[in-house]
Amino acid sequence: MSFSRGSRKIFNDISLDISRGNVTAIMGPSGTGKTTLLKLIGGQLIPDSGSICMDGNNVHELSRKDLYRLRKRMGMLFQSGALLTDLNVFDNIAYPIREHTDLDESMIRSLVLMKLNAVGLRGARDLMPSELSGGMARRVAMARAIALDPVMVMYDEPFTGQDPISMGVLVNLIRSMNQSLHLSSIVVSHDVRETMSISDQIYLISGGKIVAEGSPDELTKSSDPWVKQFIAGQPDGPVPFHYTADPLMQDLLQE
Amino acid sequence: MLDKLQFVGQKLLATFARLGQATIFLYQIILTMPGVFIRPSLIIKQLYSTGVQTLVIILVAGTFVGMVLALQAYYVLVDFGAEESISQMVVLSLMRELAPVITGLLFAGRAGSALTAEIGLMKSTEQLSGMEMMAIDPMQRVMAPRILAGFMALPILTAIFMAVGVLGGYLVAVHGVGIYEGVYWSLAQAKVDFYTDLMNGMIKSIVFGLVIVWIAVFEGHDSVPTSEGLGQATTRTVVHGSLAVLGLDFLLTALMFGDI
Repeated sequence: MSFSRGSRKIFNDISLDISRGNVTAIMGPSGTGKTTLLKLIGGQLIPDSGSICMDGNNVHELSRKDLYRLRKRMGMLFQSGALLTDLNVFDNIAYPIREHTDLDESMIRSLVLMKLNAVGLRGARDLMPSELSGGMARRVAMARAIALDPVMVMYDEPFTGQDPISMGVLVNLIRSMNQSLHLSSIVVSHDVRETMSISDQIYLISGGKIVAEGSPDELTKSSDPWVKQFIAGQPDGPVPFHYTADPLMQDLLQE
Repeated sequence: MLDKLQFVGQKLLATFARLGQATIFLYQIILTMPGVFIRPSLIIKQLYSTGVQTLVIILVAGTFVGMVLALQAYYVLVDFGAEESISQMVVLSLMRELAPVITGLLFAGRAGSALTAEIGLMKSTEQLSGMEMMAIDPMQRVMAPRILAGFMALPILTAIFMAVGVLGGYLVAVHGVGIYEGVYWSLAQAKVDFYTDLMNGMIKSIVFGLVIVWIAVFEGHDSVPTSEGLGQATTRTVVHGSLAVLGLDFLLTALMFGDI
């Protein structure tokens, strides 16, 4: 699959498999198009060439109605949480259930409370999104992402800007929900340690290409200098610390 | 010279392209309209935020405009000994022009800018994308109720502006400059034609309402999701909305009253 924005090539003929039941991580430096990849999988963007298939459906050839039907089986956790700011926590989670089912309110209440209990926020049901911390907002968004019992959940930078406790909670939740709800999870992140601890399969993306793939163990043992630099978080290496420039002395002596 | 022509040509093409985008956007919203009527609560909520919350500014502005009109009319008419015709001038000016135009301008400034900011913020905080991914069409759930509510709210606000404007004129004419109360009301009643004056004013307000909310919702949806982009979109809504009201007013006046 290839995708560009204007003249900038974001993905150049990449190919990847997301296995059912696994936690698959998409990692890479900032600005490599990890979020764009999730939007392509969700059918919010259309690739220039190639295809994206989910359960045998080519996402971009589906009619709007069929695409929406497919999206009911996908959950997505946005980087910002994307909670509806005029609804409280309870109503945010009830929203997709009310929209897509004919369940009565007592049943919806039970379902919402179960989803909230799964993320540990049953007691926060009456709070507004503005009253939640960043970590709590992600957990509410996580509960909303599983509201319709999807088969796949996509997490966009779930750990960014989280304190160690929230990060630990989110890491555990992603792994445990994947197992208990029999999900397939795609985690997009550049938090190496946390992501590697819960992933079954990792794809490293850079410069529009998949530069490495494998299990966390395989990538840790990789001899590729780029992979080593990324995994170890080294400031200099194949990705140089300095942006391309003339030698310092030459620059300083220039008028 | 060629450069200038090229610049003008590029600007014109960009303007037409944007107009085309806005038209397709409106068409997409209209297609989703039937689904909105299934959930009237969405429209009622938006009627409150676009209509009810604009009410105070309309009441205050309407009263003062009516009062000023009566005062100016008195200063002119008294020289000809025709000061008893104040109500005729107040009522006709309000119904034909001032009520729809000023309500439209105030609506663009108050409700239009709020609509753009709200939708722009929903876009920048990924709420619209979030709805898409929950298989909920934001065109139907977010845009269409706002368009419908604005379309309904402006004629009602215009009618209220007319009513309080006439009352404001009454205060000045009767209690201020001493025109006989019976003359004020009887002339207002006798000289106003229901279709030519009142209905044409209301038709104008319906057109203004649709255009303002269309611009506001489109600008919000099309805004660059940054604080600067949101500010620019809000400004564009007020500027384009106000200019559209004034331009359309001329066009509609020429069509409605051209044969008089």
